[in-house]
Amino acid sequence: MSDDQKKPFDFMGFRKIASAISIFLVVASIALLGIRGLNFGMDFTGGTSVELEYAQAPQLDQVRSRLTEAGYDQFVVQNFGADTIVLVRLSEAGNDQLAQEITGVLEASGDELKLISSEFVGSQVGDELKEESGLGLLLALVVVLIYVGMRFQFKFGIASVVPLAHDVIIVLGLFALFQWTFDLTVLAALLAVIGYSLNDTIVVADRIRENFRKMRVGDSWDIINESIHQTIARTINTSGTTLVVLLALYFLGGEAINNFALALIIGVVVGTYSSIYVSANLLMVMGVSREDLMVPAKEGAADSEEDEQPPEWLNRM
Amino acid sequence: MLNKYPLWKNLVILVAIAIGFIYALPNLFPDDYAVQITGARSSTEVDSAVLERAVKALESDGIEVKSSTLEDRDALIRLTSSDDQLRARPAVQAALGKDYLVALNMAASTPSWLKSLGAGPMKLGLDLRGGVHFLLEVDMDTAVGQRLEAVSGQIKQELRDERIRYRGGDVEGTRDIVLSFRDEASRAEAFSLIKRQYNEFLLDERTTAGEFQIVLTLSEGEVSAIRKYALEQNLTTIRNRVNELGVAEPLVQQQGSDRIIVELPGVQDTAQAKRVLGATANLEFRMEARQDAAASETEQFSFRDERQRTARLERELIATGNNVANAQQAFDENGQPQVSITMDSVGGDLMNRATRNAIGRRMAVLFIEFRTETETRMVNGEPVETEKRIVEKGIISLATVQSALGSSFRITGLDSIPEASELALLLRAGALAAPMYFVQERTIGPSLGQKNIDAGMMSVALGFILVLLYMLVYYRGFGVVANIALTINLMLLIACMSILSATLTLPGIAGIVLTVGMAVDANVLIFERIKEELKSGVSPQLAINAGYSRAFVSIFDANITTLLVAIILFAMGTGPVKGFAVTLCIGILTSMFSGLMVSRSIVNMVYGGRRVEKLSIGGKLANV
Repeated sequence: MSDDQKKPFDFMGFRKIASAISIFLVVASIALLGIRGLNFGMDFTGGTSVELEYAQAPQLDQVRSRLTEAGYDQFVVQNFGADTIVLVRLSEAGNDQLAQEITGVLEASGDELKLISSEFVGSQVGDELKEESGLGLLLALVVVLIYVGMRFQFKFGIASVVPLAHDVIIVLGLFALFQWTFDLTVLAALLAVIGYSLNDTIVVADRIRENFRKMRVGDSWDIINESIHQTIARTINTSGTTLVVLLALYFLGGEAINNFALALIIGVVVGTYSSIYVSANLLMVMGVSREDLMVPAKEGAADSEEDEQPPEWLNRM
Repeated sequence: MLNKYPLWKNLVILVAIAIGFIYALPNLFPDDYAVQITGARSSTEVDSAVLERAVKALESDGIEVKSSTLEDRDALIRLTSSDDQLRARPAVQAALGKDYLVALNMAASTPSWLKSLGAGPMKLGLDLRGGVHFLLEVDMDTAVGQRLEAVSGQIKQELRDERIRYRGGDVEGTRDIVLSFRDEASRAEAFSLIKRQYNEFLLDERTTAGEFQIVLTLSEGEVSAIRKYALEQNLTTIRNRVNELGVAEPLVQQQGSDRIIVELPGVQDTAQAKRVLGATANLEFRMEARQDAAASETEQFSFRDERQRTARLERELIATGNNVANAQQAFDENGQPQVSITMDSVGGDLMNRATRNAIGRRMAVLFIEFRTETETRMVNGEPVETEKRIVEKGIISLATVQSALGSSFRITGLDSIPEASELALLLRAGALAAPMYFVQERTIGPSLGQKNIDAGMMSVALGFILVLLYMLVYYRGFGVVANIALTINLMLLIACMSILSATLTLPGIAGIVLTVGMAVDANVLIFERIKEELKSGVSPQLAINAGYSRAFVSIFDANITTLLVAIILFAMGTGPVKGFAVTLCIGILTSMFSGLMVSRSIVNMVYGGRRVEKLSIGGKLANV
């Protein structure tokens, strides 16, 4: 890699293909969300879930038929983590005694079992949560737009918010495609993805800004390409360490946070990609130029092409 | 460029690390299995004699007692195993009787020198320790409706007293009371009366089909005041009831404007918990029986606090707790504690009628409890719990009637301020201000809790080790620096969470894992920058300095934006999302400190102040 310095890898050369892929993925995700929809967890839909541990692994069909005999209709019976653990989910939410009743019904057939956990969510709470969550995501995006717009420049604000929306939509699309359960922890993961992807985007944007001020030769294409090249090692290393721990979390963290880890893994991969190919790409399209990044005259036009110095208090720290 | 930190800067960092170490330390001591003894009422004290009785009972059952301590209001007996703990509760309960509550608890085993510094371990959330979680919703429409009914009764009473003739009066919709009159004159009279006395209403006149009406509309401010009162009242009531359940460290908290979260760690039987939370304790007001009253018309009750003291009361009730609108502890003219009671209109009427001709006699306030008691018996060596429903009535106050009572009166002759405020509290706790229903419920078994802890700890440990290896392989010497900074970051994160007594939940652990992965970002940025500087031919010392100062802007911007998102998460989120957001917020702050300052301090110590030819930072370097 000794000739790296002279000839940076042509990242932007792939921008057309990358744009096509991104647009395809976003459109496909939105279509999937429209057609299949998300498999919302109980946190959002309301309902009752009962987790039971049997002494011997039961036949799920028998469990189902027992519940049908007892007069329940809309329910899902599945193994959860181990074949002795059975999760029963009912869409019914009106009756808060349901968990006890189910346990009673299944115990009556003579199986030895114990209740590990049960959950009951009223449907109204679920609806409100959906609304609040959507608002929360939007609010996060708006705040980021404002902060980055102020701290950098408006074009950078757009170039950092669009990739975030891109990442969130693609993660949601995959959740819709595979019908993975979307619950509160996945929502938290989505917001963490926003945080992570933003982190990545800002680092690249920061370098682009710096290079625009510093490099006197080259057009936007060269400067953006060079900036990505300079930050790529960092991008890969940070994604690497984060992915490593997420994989640990996915395989060891237990059932309850599997989907959380999964959403983050997808999000980190997509977020890393988007900070290069969506954010930088957008800056190109919007035609970011040296003039956009000139430090305003009041701060001293003479040294405006110096890179931004850390605040004075840092040196005292 | 010397790259030396002044002494004071290193000292500041050392002090921060030392403080972090001390406050993170308690988390290394495993919790003890324990039973906690508290008085069933605030007036019952747990003293050394009580504790001795409990310890004796345990010893005679062959349960090993690790230690026993007497704290401010309660006593704690530490045991050696969870089996002992399960056997100990019924044994202690049997020995002490029902004046004391015995609860299972996990007691922190923080050494006393650490405790004296205010250090303690993180609290574990329900998903990690097992227990039940309820979300209750207060029926606010009913709360407002009840208030309208009460006021409408009161107004009609006053119209009768003033001899203003009215045709009818009813609650209309959710905010209005409509009063009708036969003629305009009586309406005008009523209008001015109501206007004088009920300024929480907006008044309007309406004339339809020969009826002259006044429409009273509850003002927006008053509606929200009623809602607020209903919620606070129900919170108080629920807190009292949760205390009756004998759960260690319960959580009763308001969520939003009309919901209440109840978390009961260690409780497995949701059915029992729900019965108690939903139960209705109540009050009765009765006159003391006359000497010559027939036995069939009287009833004997004992006092709630002194079982041996009794009084004979009339069988007939004057009013019940359902008629108490409010009760407050206050002081009389002589500075003696008293309880001011406000009855609703019906209660005020009843009270007035009963006391008008009973001046000089004594009136009693009876407290009625419906509760379930759990008895544990040993059947075939297995503890079996059975429940009994018990109705318990005890006198909480017996006071002489000084004058005819109306809708507001006071109970004096109380011994102390605590007694008065407890009485006020009981009066208020008597009934819920508005009905409530359960909208969410979650039970986590103790085995699942332990499984979650183990899984969480495993993934933190593995993730941590993998990151350490990654950094070591990639950045060599500087990797070691980053790893020390990361370790300190993890320690500081745990210390901060312990100091803030934040609750650790499973998503919280996930937040820690994620922080571990992302925290090295600052160092990666810096190290890559140093490498770049080296490649462009700058001397190692200058490269270090430039690396740190140039990377700062990126690190700062990136972390601040992430912090903004984390704060939004915290503000908007509930339950699991909040737990995650807390760790993420703290993690961002500690990782900035450790990534920038701690790592710089170490780098300066290693390379600073001397001539350096080569940095151990991995990769092929251009300047050698």
